[in-house]
Amino acid sequence: MNRITQNFNTLKARGEHALICFMTAGDPDIDKTVELASSLYDAGVDALELGIPFSDPLADGPSIQASSQRSLDSGMTAHKALQCAARIHERVPLLPLVLMTYYNPVLRYGMTEFARDAAASGVDGVIITDLTPEESAEWQHHAQVNQLATIYLLAPTSTDDRVSSVCKICSGFVYCVSRTGVTGARQDVPQDLKDTISRIRRYTDLPIAVGFGVSSPEHVKAISAFADGVVVGSSLVDLIHNNRDNRDLHNVAYEYCASLKAGTRTVTAGSQQ
Amino acid sequence: MAQVFTSAASALPDTQGHFGPYGGRYVPETLVPALDQLAAEYDAARNDATFAATYNNLLKNYVGRATPLFHAERLSQEFGGRIYLKREDLCHTGAHKINNALGQILLAVRMGKQRIIAETGAGQHGVATATVCARFGLSCDIYMGEEDVERQALNVARMRLMGARVIPVSSGTRTLKDATNEAMRDWVTNVRTTHYIIGSVVGPHPYPMMVRDFQSVIGREAREQVLAQEGRLPDMLVACVGGGSNSMGLFYPFMQDSTVQLVGVEAAGLGISTGRHCAPLTAGSPGVFQGSASYLIQDDDGQVAPSHSISAGLDYPGVGPEHSWLKDSGRAEYGAVTDAEALQALKLTAEREGIIVALETAHAVAYLDKLKQSGRINDRTLIIVNCSGRGDKDMNTVVRELNL
Repeated sequence: MNRITQNFNTLKARGEHALICFMTAGDPDIDKTVELASSLYDAGVDALELGIPFSDPLADGPSIQASSQRSLDSGMTAHKALQCAARIHERVPLLPLVLMTYYNPVLRYGMTEFARDAAASGVDGVIITDLTPEESAEWQHHAQVNQLATIYLLAPTSTDDRVSSVCKICSGFVYCVSRTGVTGARQDVPQDLKDTISRIRRYTDLPIAVGFGVSSPEHVKAISAFADGVVVGSSLVDLIHNNRDNRDLHNVAYEYCASLKAGTRTVTAGSQQ
Repeated sequence: MAQVFTSAASALPDTQGHFGPYGGRYVPETLVPALDQLAAEYDAARNDATFAATYNNLLKNYVGRATPLFHAERLSQEFGGRIYLKREDLCHTGAHKINNALGQILLAVRMGKQRIIAETGAGQHGVATATVCARFGLSCDIYMGEEDVERQALNVARMRLMGARVIPVSSGTRTLKDATNEAMRDWVTNVRTTHYIIGSVVGPHPYPMMVRDFQSVIGREAREQVLAQEGRLPDMLVACVGGGSNSMGLFYPFMQDSTVQLVGVEAAGLGISTGRHCAPLTAGSPGVFQGSASYLIQDDDGQVAPSHSISAGLDYPGVGPEHSWLKDSGRAEYGAVTDAEALQALKLTAEREGIIVALETAHAVAYLDKLKQSGRINDRTLIIVNCSGRGDKDMNTVVRELNL
């Protein structure tokens, strides 16, 4: 079983849910990304999504767009991002690592080489935001050869047929997009999210994590009531950027993630299986 | 036969939108159901005689089709051969873009969508979209790069006059590529109520096929007209290629006519060797960008490289997937001309034919000189150039560059 799924199961046994945090590799710089990963782990973060920036991130809102651009401007490449992942893995070997990127940088790197190098860097799974299941046969092959989880997104607009077929090729966890829209912090948790989750639940035993728009401990708590995990990205990316010159950056990130993590621990024992 | 948009010219794309290794669908999951719905609705509409009748009636009485096929005798004297211009510049709103906008708004109405969004570069597609939205009473938001808002002020004013909201895009290169990203993000967010009218043969399936089909009226008319006027098929078709909709529209009905050479002209900007161009088919490599696999201008890391052209409508680092397929299969050939060459061609067409063409179109005209220089035009050579749009919108640039 994939290490990500394993982690989810361990948490579940404890009556806890997973907190997954996103950072863009190399924003503000690679050293800080590695250090921050360690702080996040200390704060209780259960998996790290490491973003490999792309020039045209059309699923992302302003925060991650800007973060991607800063990272690219400072010279980030897919090769360097995988080196960054390897350093994180060395520093915090128990923190599961998921790469998040777009298809073109992977294609350009070479699918065989990318899957091989990701696995060698200690990566557990990969999300390619614009790679639809229909187009992913070749990627599926390379990911399986290298024992990388292939995580796909499902959305509130996904039909039952689609939920069923996407779940069949997902591994690690299923990433449920909380609402129609791009990434970015929002004020509320959508009303129909619970229904979407239970629709997905009918088709898979994999853990289901919810992302897009999750930014506060309250959101985390609310979503943890019915999902196995939550993903927080844009608000953390903004926090890191706003504190990039703050000597206390690691503590600020630690405190924020610890407060989010607390939201995953307040679920009653009734949800244990 | 009710199916009037397409000839059986090509079995491509396949049901997943592939033209060989190109095309397909590379989008955030949220959009997939909307693309499925659009594909199904388009499939129903293209086989619906009522839809076809409505569309054809509007093309005739609102757009002003058929557009003339004009024998440009003085350009023929300049370059040799017999050169004809397919006068898409005489369409309502001044360019071929309206053919597609009209088809898509009819689909949007069929699907019950209340709101339309679009991206625009030169503003011609934005104007066409604003026009059909005004005509059908749908709300309209147009995404346009800040740089293009500045260089295409006239078209911005036209869109606003027709009730559209023009949203300047300040991210990235502030041109068509980034306007398209923003429009995609809007669509991901508002997909349940909104239809996205993509303006070229780019993006995820079914757009490249659908836009090609709506634009193929250009080639169908041209084929009939040239047969009537010259009694034979042309030797060559020449059209500019940004995303590639006017060229696909002209080429498609001639696809099976193997003696007809298809020539697409990209923007070489400041020159291919400077790296500041928009010529993915000439100097790019295959990749995945904005929803489909196609040739692309990119760096070694797979990041999309900034493009440059004096023509806002060609200033785009990608190209429609069917063009990539036509290039690889050898059915079409692609060349490129620089900003300076396009400007001279614009001036020449104005002076010799009394037609002020768009800067985009001027690239196609400029390529005639390259064909002449390489000895490919003789007295008998019959050429159709797609005169895809008129140049009023470019007058500020032209005045500045030619010191008028």
